[in-house]
Amino acid sequence: MSPLAQLLEAALFAASRPLAVRELMTLDPQAGEAAVRAGLDELRAAYAAGHGVELVEIALGWQFLTRPEHAAAIAGAELALRPRRLSPAALETLAIIAYRQPVSRVEVDEIRGVDAGAVIDKLIERGLVEVVSRGEGLGRPLLYATTPQFLEILGLKDLDELPRLEELSVALRPPAAPA
Amino acid sequence: MTTLPPSAVDQAGFVVELEQFSGPLDLLLHLIREDELDITDLPIAKIADQFLGVIDDLGLSQAADYLEMAARLLRIKAQTLLPRRPGDDEWEDPRAELVRRLLEYQQVRELVDWLADAAARRAERFARGFMPEARPVPPAPLVVELNELLAAAERVIALIPEPVLHRVVPRPLDVEGATERIQALLGEREECSWLDVVGERASVVDVLSAFIALLELARRGALKLRQDAPFASIVIRREPPRAAA
Repeated sequence: MSPLAQLLEAALFAASRPLAVRELMTLDPQAGEAAVRAGLDELRAAYAAGHGVELVEIALGWQFLTRPEHAAAIAGAELALRPRRLSPAALETLAIIAYRQPVSRVEVDEIRGVDAGAVIDKLIERGLVEVVSRGEGLGRPLLYATTPQFLEILGLKDLDELPRLEELSVALRPPAAPA
Repeated sequence: MTTLPPSAVDQAGFVVELEQFSGPLDLLLHLIREDELDITDLPIAKIADQFLGVIDDLGLSQAADYLEMAARLLRIKAQTLLPRRPGDDEWEDPRAELVRRLLEYQQVRELVDWLADAAARRAERFARGFMPEARPVPPAPLVVELNELLAAAERVIALIPEPVLHRVVPRPLDVEGATERIQALLGEREECSWLDVVGERASVVDVLSAFIALLELARRGALKLRQDAPFASIVIRREPPRAAA
């Protein structure tokens, strides 16, 4: 491996969170973005086979993750815990915020048909949702958006990896006008 | 009567939800799927009855969100029962808004499935130093010297403003006394003025008492009030007792 790829390997090993390309570029002032991206590709190729971990692009950055086939054994030996699963109410709220962001609580309530306040508070506590601004209109409501942590727990590179609404089997369209 | 969705029962061991459904729209969607109904042409009377039945069954009647939906369904049901003329193009299907919300919610449910799958796949991979939950760093234990603590306490005490005490003296209106005074005055003469009743230097309480007494006596027909111009002195005139009284 090239010296830059080895430097990236060391940094990604040392960090316990996904590192963005911008952050990795500060490792070596000489290396530009293209060189860092090339180094990451080299590193990913080196770990593509014959290793228990692999380099994954996730949450707007890069991170070493264990391969799925080892998960059961690691969790079974209680060396690491699987994250707590999100409740249906939490997932519903996350889905709405992810697609409508920045979105006010009232809009989430309307779509879900229930008061989502407590669920949103819990999502904020878990770092999956944050207040980004205040909206126009009555009372200048707080507007919520998803965080990089949201991408991380779903294993997504970025929000563009979410399915497009028109790809869903129930594409939202206005109800057919009565004939 | 309807049965609970198997998925809700399966997941119950993992995620403890207060109810089996994440909301009234979820329940509604479940009922629609169970009976294979057409969302865009909802048989509203049928679905409203089933919805009410399930609310009863599940003991969800405490939940305001479910009650609100029940009320909405009954209103739509009532609206669809209203007769309408065939040529009435102003008429909008009362179900349209509900159908739009159901379709939107159905889309959200599909996204939920997608997100749950993604989260499950991600849970099969561990990152380095993986912690179950990102916990906030606890604050460092407080280390203070006794004299620092005392100095701090003194600073706080110095900030406390001097309490200002107000003595509140109850002084209820004396309508009865004012009534007696007016009646005594009118016993002596047929007519008197406002100032005769309250005097030159009346307090607010005296003025109010006298005023209420005057109004009450006027209502009973014991006297007549007259004011010749705005802000002029009020003239109080005795009324002859009614013969019939």
